[in-house]
Amino acid sequence: MEVPTGRLAMWWVLASETVVFGGLLGSYIMMRLRHDAWADQAANTNTWAGAFNTLVLLTSSLSAVLAHQAAERGDGPKAARLLRYTILGGGVFLMVKAFEWTHEIEEGFTITSSLFWSFYYTAAGLHAAHVVAGIVIMFIVSLTAARNEELHRVENVGIYWHFVDVVWIFLFPLLYIAK
Amino acid sequence: MAQHAHADVPHHDDTNYVAIWAVLCALLVVSVVGPMVGVRLLTLITAFGIAIVKAYLVCRYFMHLSIEKKWVAYILGFMLALMLVFFGGVAPDVLTHEGLRWQRTYVEPATPGGER
Repeated sequence: MEVPTGRLAMWWVLASETVVFGGLLGSYIMMRLRHDAWADQAANTNTWAGAFNTLVLLTSSLSAVLAHQAAERGDGPKAARLLRYTILGGGVFLMVKAFEWTHEIEEGFTITSSLFWSFYYTAAGLHAAHVVAGIVIMFIVSLTAARNEELHRVENVGIYWHFVDVVWIFLFPLLYIAK
Repeated sequence: MAQHAHADVPHHDDTNYVAIWAVLCALLVVSVVGPMVGVRLLTLITAFGIAIVKAYLVCRYFMHLSIEKKWVAYILGFMLALMLVFFGGVAPDVLTHEGLRWQRTYVEPATPGGER
């Protein structure tokens, strides 16, 4: 049995994304070990906002996998509905991020403030860009799924979303907990 | 044309995804509360150790890596190995004060916010 082309393509996308985020996080860890002062900088990130966003992404991953389950059973409308819940989760995540960044920038912590904040905004920003991409793709997939068409795409976009979740699972302790 | 998902791999309909999500949420609580104790080792275990466990659960059950073709896991594992090569190759140099042809000139601002 072969892996369907769409899913194969998705795994290759994620393989390349692994290197992108892995390189970024590896560099962050190196610098974090080098600069003890980063603990003071990281003390200014909002742990509760980060934790809430982790909960939101975990929950949106649940709705994504349930959408896949519904698609597997041939229930396109239900899969589309669950994908929209996932989109809602992505939207909430971005709103919390916007709230956080607004507050931090108002406090004077900008991308040029220090090396820590450069990493913070680059890593979280790149991740947020992936959330936006996921929301757009899921919206398109939900339209066809609602008509019971191309249901295999529900799984593909779900795999992508879970990867975005996994990246955040590592970003959360690095940016919000290691103080 | 309607095309059903994942028709070529074993079914995983019986997986209790809500239970896995509940475990993930419980681990999230531990990863937030653990570092509050203020013990460095406990912080490392609860924050980063649990992050690895959470990522494993998501990959295994939500991404279905456990029932995916083995070589998919090998590809992802290979990419992670490349990251270790990168880290192992660069870190010994970056983590020192100076090298043969360079010296560290950047100093992290002591004041939170730096340029303020």
